[in-house]
Amino acid sequence: MSTTERDLRDAARLEHQTDEGAQEMQPRRREVVMTGGIWPDDDETMIINMGPQHPSTHGVLRIMMELDGETVVRAKPVIGYLHTGMEKTGEQLTYVQGGTNVTRMDYLACLSNELVFALAVENLLDVELPERAVWMRMMLVELQRMASHLLYQAANGMDIGALSMMIYGWREREQVLRLLEMITGLRMNHNFIRVGGLAADLPDGWQAATLEVCDAVEAGVAEYETLLCDNPIWQERTQGVGVITTEQALALGATGPILRSTGFPWDLRKSQPYLAYDAVDFEVIYTDNGDAYDRFLIRLFEILESVKIVRQCVARMPEGDYRVQDRKVTPPPRARIDESMEALIHHFKLFTEGFKVPAGETYVAVESPRGEVGCYLVSDGSPKPVRLHVRGASFYNLQSMEVMVPGSMVADAVAVISSIDPVMGEVDR
Amino acid sequence: MSDAASDVATPDADAPDADAPGIADPVAAAVVARFPGSVAVESHGQSVVYVDRGSLRAVTELLRDEERFTQCSDVTAVDHAADLERVVVPGVVPERFEVVVNLLSHPRNRRIRLIAEVPETDPVVPSVTPLFPGANFPEREAFDMFGIEFEGHPDLTRILLPDDWAGHPLRKDDHPARIPVTFKGDPAPR
Repeated sequence: MSTTERDLRDAARLEHQTDEGAQEMQPRRREVVMTGGIWPDDDETMIINMGPQHPSTHGVLRIMMELDGETVVRAKPVIGYLHTGMEKTGEQLTYVQGGTNVTRMDYLACLSNELVFALAVENLLDVELPERAVWMRMMLVELQRMASHLLYQAANGMDIGALSMMIYGWREREQVLRLLEMITGLRMNHNFIRVGGLAADLPDGWQAATLEVCDAVEAGVAEYETLLCDNPIWQERTQGVGVITTEQALALGATGPILRSTGFPWDLRKSQPYLAYDAVDFEVIYTDNGDAYDRFLIRLFEILESVKIVRQCVARMPEGDYRVQDRKVTPPPRARIDESMEALIHHFKLFTEGFKVPAGETYVAVESPRGEVGCYLVSDGSPKPVRLHVRGASFYNLQSMEVMVPGSMVADAVAVISSIDPVMGEVDR
Repeated sequence: MSDAASDVATPDADAPDADAPGIADPVAAAVVARFPGSVAVESHGQSVVYVDRGSLRAVTELLRDEERFTQCSDVTAVDHAADLERVVVPGVVPERFEVVVNLLSHPRNRRIRLIAEVPETDPVVPSVTPLFPGANFPEREAFDMFGIEFEGHPDLTRILLPDDWAGHPLRKDDHPARIPVTFKGDPAPR
């Protein structure tokens, strides 16, 4: 290679260098600088960049794709655009404050994150929850699952071009969020599941409101089914797109609807029951094809299973306390603070210093709408954790894109990303 | 599909291994029998094995190939530099860092956790990505956040932070307010 040629190549490389550095995807073949003559048959591939500012990347996901014409040869997710150091923040906050931090990770399934954090701390503290707290948590998490899957239906419809679906999905989700607002006080980022129970008891009239939402969601799902399931355009866009096998899904750490779409009926609610999932009746939805259409079907029918669980929770909600009455973990009732010096001290200590958790380490996992969400918690006996690691389901599910996207068209890549249903808050933390 | 379903739902009922008395968990006992120096403990009802960092990949391979552990749930690291109190495990020499690998077996419906002690002076462990491709992102994250190198990882680059970032933020000596916030076009750092 002559000096000029090398200079030209270096110049070309420098020109294309971004501040992303090693995140760059290198072309597999060396770039050729043509200086005239006859051009060879153009069989070079091209690398294009999708996102982080793209309407169908569900936040700030960036994908580098190597294209051969219209076909994707390789796809590499580049993440970190929403990284806010939440695991570091978690080490600065006490266990009382920790819920406000973890709830913002997977912002579409806030309660699942709060639940897994609370379960991990309770595992280290070794506290037993009252029945009512367990059932309340289960009902709230299932309502959240309905909201999350409804939003998926809306966003997925929008990505693939079924715009009416977007409006319908938001409509039903809003009803669920209104119910969650009535119960927890907030539409999102509730911080309602606390260590030792919940923040408050259920409000008056919750049964009627919950059943009303259940009816509305069921009617909505029936509507989506008519609209999409047998719709030939919808089937053309999603069937056989983004196929993954069970072996690939297991090897890549994919969980939730992605794993279940490959014919593998794995749901932590059924296989390793936590809360009171072994006491309620529901089915694990799974299909065999492992494509985008199957993942759509699974999420659609999981909404109905969640409705089923919520109805059972309404019918069988036990009476009793909504949190443990251990003043070292949960605050005293407001009225007691005026009467009892001890209650005042407990309240003060709990909200300034927090409570101490015995030294130890634990890993607790629950099934969020997106798959296995785990919390690895290490304590050194102080009121703040040494390490608060959250295994985000989307973080792992995103890796399956590397086998789902190659071989498909560029337009199908959008359908595949949508079918993974990633939440970037959970990926980047 | 009914076969797979029943396979998943039945928990394993292996008898404890006779080779290693005192270890209730047969899988942990098998690891300890094969890799001397490993220590099996129970942490809050979960099976944990402290392994030598050099044999981390070999132990993972044993668990994958012979004990039917089908998925790597999680890989992460811990920095114990600022602990007030640390759980003492007899037989384990505590080091500053720990690399934690959580494995899940679907056919046996159980988990196991491997912990390797990693010294501050030489933070290198073998990567498990060649065995479980899903460990790719989490190992990059541990490298990014703690500066622990995973030997044999195909693409060990920063994942969440920019490539020119200095330091590893989840280390205890990396303080959150260390870097003054500046924005592009700022006349001077604040």
